[in-house]
Amino acid sequence: MEVSQRTEGEVEVIAISGEIDGSTAPAAQSQILSVAKSDAKILIDMSQVHYMSSAGLRMLLVVYRTVSGQGGKVVLTGLSQDLEDTMSLTGFLDFFDHFESVDAGLAAFN
Amino acid sequence: MQRVDVFPTHEHQEYKLRPGKPFPFGATLAPGGVNFSVYSSHATSCSLVLFEKGAPEPKAEIPFPDEFRIGNVYSMIVFDLDIEAIEYGFRLDGPWDPQEGHRFDKSKILMDPYAKAIGGRDVWGQPPDWDNVYQHRARLVYDDFDWDDDRPLEIPLEDLVIYEMHVRSFTKHESSGVRFPGVFAGIREKIPYLKELGVNCIELLPIYEFDEFEHSREDPKTGRQLVGNYWGYSTLGFFAPKAGYAATGKLGMQVDEFKALVKELHRNGIEVFLDVVFNHTAEGNEHGPYISLKGIDNKTYYMLTPEGYYFNFSGTGNTLNCNNPVVRNMVLDCLRYWASEYHIDGFRFDLASILGRDPWGAPLSNPPLLESLAFDPVLAKCKLIAEAWDAGGLYQVGSFPAYGRWAEWNGKYRDSIRKFLKGDIGMVGEMAQRLQASPDLYATRGATASINFITAHDGFTLNDLVSYNEKHNEANGEDNRDGTNDNDSWNCGWEGPTDDPGINALRMRQMKNAMTMLLISQGVPMILMGDEMGRTQFGNNNTYCHDNELNWQDWALLEQNAELFRYVKTMLAFRHAHHALRNRWHLTGTDTVGSGYADITWHGTQAWNADWSGTSRILAFMLCGKHAHGGQREDNYIYVAMNMHWDSHWFELPGLSEGMQWHAAANTGAPPPEDIWQPGEEPLLENQAGILVGDRSVVVLVGK
Repeated sequence: MEVSQRTEGEVEVIAISGEIDGSTAPAAQSQILSVAKSDAKILIDMSQVHYMSSAGLRMLLVVYRTVSGQGGKVVLTGLSQDLEDTMSLTGFLDFFDHFESVDAGLAAFN
Repeated sequence: MQRVDVFPTHEHQEYKLRPGKPFPFGATLAPGGVNFSVYSSHATSCSLVLFEKGAPEPKAEIPFPDEFRIGNVYSMIVFDLDIEAIEYGFRLDGPWDPQEGHRFDKSKILMDPYAKAIGGRDVWGQPPDWDNVYQHRARLVYDDFDWDDDRPLEIPLEDLVIYEMHVRSFTKHESSGVRFPGVFAGIREKIPYLKELGVNCIELLPIYEFDEFEHSREDPKTGRQLVGNYWGYSTLGFFAPKAGYAATGKLGMQVDEFKALVKELHRNGIEVFLDVVFNHTAEGNEHGPYISLKGIDNKTYYMLTPEGYYFNFSGTGNTLNCNNPVVRNMVLDCLRYWASEYHIDGFRFDLASILGRDPWGAPLSNPPLLESLAFDPVLAKCKLIAEAWDAGGLYQVGSFPAYGRWAEWNGKYRDSIRKFLKGDIGMVGEMAQRLQASPDLYATRGATASINFITAHDGFTLNDLVSYNEKHNEANGEDNRDGTNDNDSWNCGWEGPTDDPGINALRMRQMKNAMTMLLISQGVPMILMGDEMGRTQFGNNNTYCHDNELNWQDWALLEQNAELFRYVKTMLAFRHAHHALRNRWHLTGTDTVGSGYADITWHGTQAWNADWSGTSRILAFMLCGKHAHGGQREDNYIYVAMNMHWDSHWFELPGLSEGMQWHAAANTGAPPPEDIWQPGEEPLLENQAGILVGDRSVVVLVGK
């Protein structure tokens, strides 16, 4: 699992690649939250994530609760059909705005 | 400030340990690790057995050091476990002395009785490895679901309409049109349907983890595979939702998927009841498998004869020892867990009379378990419903120890309505009781003690009740010997499906009659899944062993029987629109509010003069709207005429107060769309003095 980060205007774009499970989720979480200052606008690009365990789902929700608790916003982009289904069936998707592409996600912040 | 107990104090191989906390039992996430705790009154030693998920052999066995045992509880914290990657069990040593009730066998790996998720049957019907040394594997879960502001709905019991359903059967049929058939997520896709129908509570047949392969066998005649435990009444673990009932079960996410379903149902105003089976387990008798309790503490968990054999009050091999204090606590812990972690609204207890027997099988007058449940702080707002009988001959309908809390499946309601519906004589007196929520049975307990039902998973569907005189259980592979013969059904003139339009019209009318009686009765109605669209089991009244069309809901019926569906959903709307039908307390037959009318009055072909004679098949009643909900609510007057005679009859109508007139709400003898009207749109009755009620028909009027 790798996490890369860049800035597009006011938006922190975080791209995750690989698998997010119990062994990788803590690292992903701390890297994402390191940019989560107050009022943060965070876009997480999931297009290169092909598997996410229960711990991965929780990592995303922890990020959501942390960021939204500080007045910020999180959107997800590029969820595979499998991931979208899993997140939807387990109720996690209810918390997120999600978009097909990074561009569409960026537009959502404007 | 860091806690002191995050540091290990012991080691075993590469595992870092610390003495655990005895409570809560089971596996609980602790800072930096997992707290494992298990009780056994007679074990001499205990080990924790850890597996990589799915691995054939354990990766470690960690004996509980002596100093980790307090009383009869072994507890230990193991640090640095990847909780998603492991499965765990226990290995206990102790005496092998069946006469004394002990069956310890240290060759067995045993599932935690408190396991919150269980692996091994992750995808429904996927054949397991039968040589696996540990078939049903305890797993760890995060109990951290984000409920937002959801909590159990606490809809008053008198306002509920319960829909009894089976998770897989509801959407498994290809006609269901859902993306995720046969699972929790499939139900979620059908929420709009449930709302259209108008039910506000679903009662799920067992969803605690079970093995659909248990007692599976081949039909000797047809070679067809029979699924012995399709309904799920044989429980593996009381704290774990069935993985095979989740589309995400293969990912181990069944806990979240079920919680997401409950949350979404609540958001739509629908409560969730669970059918829970605490009378026995899947371990069978002395010939059955070791899964959990048998090897952990046989003498505590099971009712045993003086010779050490298993009592069989459940008819399934063993009987859980519910009034042993430890087992009682397990049941309490379990229900509290489902109420608090899953936001479950109510529980229906299978063969609940067993819960009132002492450890030697004798019925108790003041059963501690039932009392504890009734007074439990967490369960205080949960609905508790008893199936008030057991397979050992205890029949307690009307006498189940209720403590002001318990409601009952009213088996006598079912029997009386069925007999009256098919035209039996001598039923009108009983019918008057049943329509009033059976005050003869529940005099001091109020109307909500009576869960009214005509059909349930056990027995004929409504369509089959009016299409078959006899059960047709040949497909169960027991030469039609299984299943009850007491169906009180009538086929309307031909056994099974027919092209005869007269018979089919009569069957349609009888189904409408039944639904009308159910929905205008005081008490709490329960509808069996699919009866609103005429689901058939082809005359089979005991479909416990079929994973096929005998159980699956065929959604094409919704169109084929659109007339029935329209009628039922409109009758449900009628019930919801009228407080007079939903009293909490029994009617008194007197005028308590000064309206000039008693709350309920009885009529016949002559107003004010019901025919109570032994040959009568006719009964009518009127509810005074000013008495609705004990006089606290204003409602219309409601008049219901039931003619179960084969000729039509003229019913003289009771007069209303000045300014009010009778309007037609429903008439099962009329062709659609005039068989029922939307609440509020009922047409004025031309003749206010009387109405012709067709043969085997029911008329409902509102006075306003």
